[in-house]
Amino acid sequence: MAYDVNGTTVEHDEEGYITNLSDWSKELADVIADAEEIEMGEEHWAVVNFLRDYYEEYQIAPAVRVLIKSIKKSMGPEVGNNKYMYELFPYGPAKQACKIAGLPKPTGCV
Amino acid sequence: MSEVIKKFLYVNRKAPYGTIYAQEALEVVLIGAAFDQDVSLAFLDDGVFQLTKGQDTKETGLKNFSPTFRALGDYEVTKLYVEQESLDERGLTLDDLQDIQYEDEDDDYAEKPSIIVVSRARMGEVMADQDVILSF
Repeated sequence: MAYDVNGTTVEHDEEGYITNLSDWSKELADVIADAEEIEMGEEHWAVVNFLRDYYEEYQIAPAVRVLIKSIKKSMGPEVGNNKYMYELFPYGPAKQACKIAGLPKPTGCV
Repeated sequence: MSEVIKKFLYVNRKAPYGTIYAQEALEVVLIGAAFDQDVSLAFLDDGVFQLTKGQDTKETGLKNFSPTFRALGDYEVTKLYVEQESLDERGLTLDDLQDIQYEDEDDDYAEKPSIIVVSRARMGEVMADQDVILSF
């Protein structure tokens, strides 16, 4: 299974997470978001960028409560709350945003 | 969710690479942290090597998971007990270990050190004080 980014194929697993983390690009993120039926806005990108920075620093994708707590701290309680985050990513902010960010499924995600 | 909070101690005795124990233990800690228990970690014997600075796994083809210890504070895991004698026996000091901190929410998010170096005798007391001990 693979995504198609301007003619280049990028392999993904049965759940849609890309196989090779270094394959990620902003164009790919848009393709994955499309497949997830998400239109990427400024706040979606802020979450995706946060996740990528977090992974770069700690080598893990944070659990959803850690993500929301951190977003609340960096972007304020209007964005960093459960309800709003689920509006941005209806199938789970950690799960779905990690997929778009090209990261593995979050540790501890059930 | 149960309202009884139990004290969990994860005991790490093995070097970080060579076996999968260290990485798996850390994964279990991260998953277990979702259950609102009182979690701490202990590092003794070769387990103290897990916390050393500047790990480079490139030549081994393994993932360097040592940066993940610095994320533990986000998961409210803030007590990493390290045994003094185990450090001494390996010629290590606190300076050889990563600087691992957590933000204390009750103290205006002040950054505080997570690593607590304890004597072998004190480690015994820490263990005696737990409800559950998981050894890796």
